Amino acid sequence: MSRTPEIRIRDLHKSFGDNEVLRGIDLEIGQGDVVCVIGPSGSGKSTLLRCVNLLEEPTKGQVFVGGTELTDPDVDIDAARRRIGMVFQQFNLFPHLTVTENLTLPQRRVLKRDKAQAARTAAENLRRVGLAEKADAYPSSLSGGQQQRVAIARALAMGPEVMLFDEPTSALDPELVGDVLAVMRMLAEEGMTMMVVTHEMTFAREVADRVVFMDGGVVVEDGTPGQVIGNPRHQRTRHFLSRLLDPAMAEVEEEISDRAGKSE
Amino acid sequence: MSHPTDTAGSAVAPRRKGLTRRGRRRLSRGAQYTVFVAAVIALAVSADWGRLRNQFAQTAIARQMFPDVIVLALKNTVLYTLSGFVVGLVLGMVIALMRLSSVGPYRWVAGVYIEIFRGLPALLIFIFVGVAVPLAFPGMEIVGGTYGKVALALGLVSAAYMAETIRAGIQAVPRGQMEAARSLGFSPTRAMVSIIIPQAFRIILPPLTNELVLLFKDSSMVLFLGVTLEERELSKFGRDLASQTANSTPILVAGLCYLLVTIPLGFLVRRMEAKAQEAVK
Repeated sequence: MSRTPEIRIRDLHKSFGDNEVLRGIDLEIGQGDVVCVIGPSGSGKSTLLRCVNLLEEPTKGQVFVGGTELTDPDVDIDAARRRIGMVFQQFNLFPHLTVTENLTLPQRRVLKRDKAQAARTAAENLRRVGLAEKADAYPSSLSGGQQQRVAIARALAMGPEVMLFDEPTSALDPELVGDVLAVMRMLAEEGMTMMVVTHEMTFAREVADRVVFMDGGVVVEDGTPGQVIGNPRHQRTRHFLSRLLDPAMAEVEEEISDRAGKSE
Repeated sequence: MSHPTDTAGSAVAPRRKGLTRRGRRRLSRGAQYTVFVAAVIALAVSADWGRLRNQFAQTAIARQMFPDVIVLALKNTVLYTLSGFVVGLVLGMVIALMRLSSVGPYRWVAGVYIEIFRGLPALLIFIFVGVAVPLAFPGMEIVGGTYGKVALALGLVSAAYMAETIRAGIQAVPRGQMEAARSLGFSPTRAMVSIIIPQAFRIILPPLTNELVLLFKDSSMVLFLGVTLEERELSKFGRDLASQTANSTPILVAGLCYLLVTIPLGFLVRRMEAKAQEAVK
């Protein structure tokens, strides 16, 4: 990984009141890399992702994306965010606009593209996610999987260098997950730099260049999918994976692990 | 009334003496209807319909009001209302945004404005605009003469209510919408204007229409500003004619003209509310 890091996170801390969610994260993501962040709920993985485009203001530490320091108070954060696409768990499409308008409005208002160019980019990106025929539909008439693909297309239409995914399939019915993952796989193959918070272990194993396991606000394990998922070194990682892969097995242990977590 | 053996737990519950539950309900309902009908009949019989008709329903006087009551009075009422609504909406929007601002003093100013103008009778504000403003700024004319004064007074009153409505609407838009907009590179202001406010207005369209109905009625207070013949609206027009003819028919006609507008508007509000309810499902 000798390429220049596209995302660089240094000693990142984030507290909500007394609750310290991130306790010193250091992470580098190379250009074109796909990094999956996994971990139990409350481990801070979503907060970490939201700190990368400064939707959450870090309490301490630095975030660089493409050489720009986002945590610099003087940085033009709106300009910096144009280079970072984000996909949310709840899609967050604009319900008062059609699918096409969802894609064209940000281009026109933020990038000042003219009408024709915005429409062209919108159509192109809708085709990429396989939803060209839904161009004139309203988000409420689409399935969750379709909405999420529109949300991905909307982010792509801005021409980002980096894409952040915050549990993109967690709000979907199981049978709709595949279409969204297929789009993400396509992006990964095209060489997009991606940071993905997910519970989809198959996706992480097959698509990710690296998997980061977080627990309690720190990075516990960081390596290739083969290392982290296939052969985890830490007890906490093993515990998490066993629960994720076979939830029924973990029930008996739950209380023990809770107590262990608290004593730390 | 209840029989001593009529307790829970007894194996075979004996029938109550007297009326059944259903029978009693029917009797009570019947009594209510009887009282209501009796009251209506008593009113109808005791009122002096002849004198009432003479005072309120003289077709000759009513006919003489047309077409002025529509082309002048109703037109002015609508004009006053709409201009007040526009001023109130713009001012209300500014105050709502100030109230939601992260800047402390903006929030305080907006809060004080809302508390003061919600707490004052509209009548006092009309007198204030009509008397105090010209005294305080001698030589300065409010743009648009009476129309400007009415727009200002109605706007000042309604802005306080509309600000609270707009604020509630903005807060009802899910947080994710702002986050999505910001993550696409929208500035806070641009996100507010392009994404949040259009959605907020969909939510608050029914209460805003209600506010329009209230303003429509409040526009009657124009008569405290002193208006020329050409500037009269429904209430003033009706009252003038009533004293001219020494008859109350014009008041009745003016009232009907108000209802001509407010009832369809109220109907519209209910339609919109039902539709919004539908959309939530």
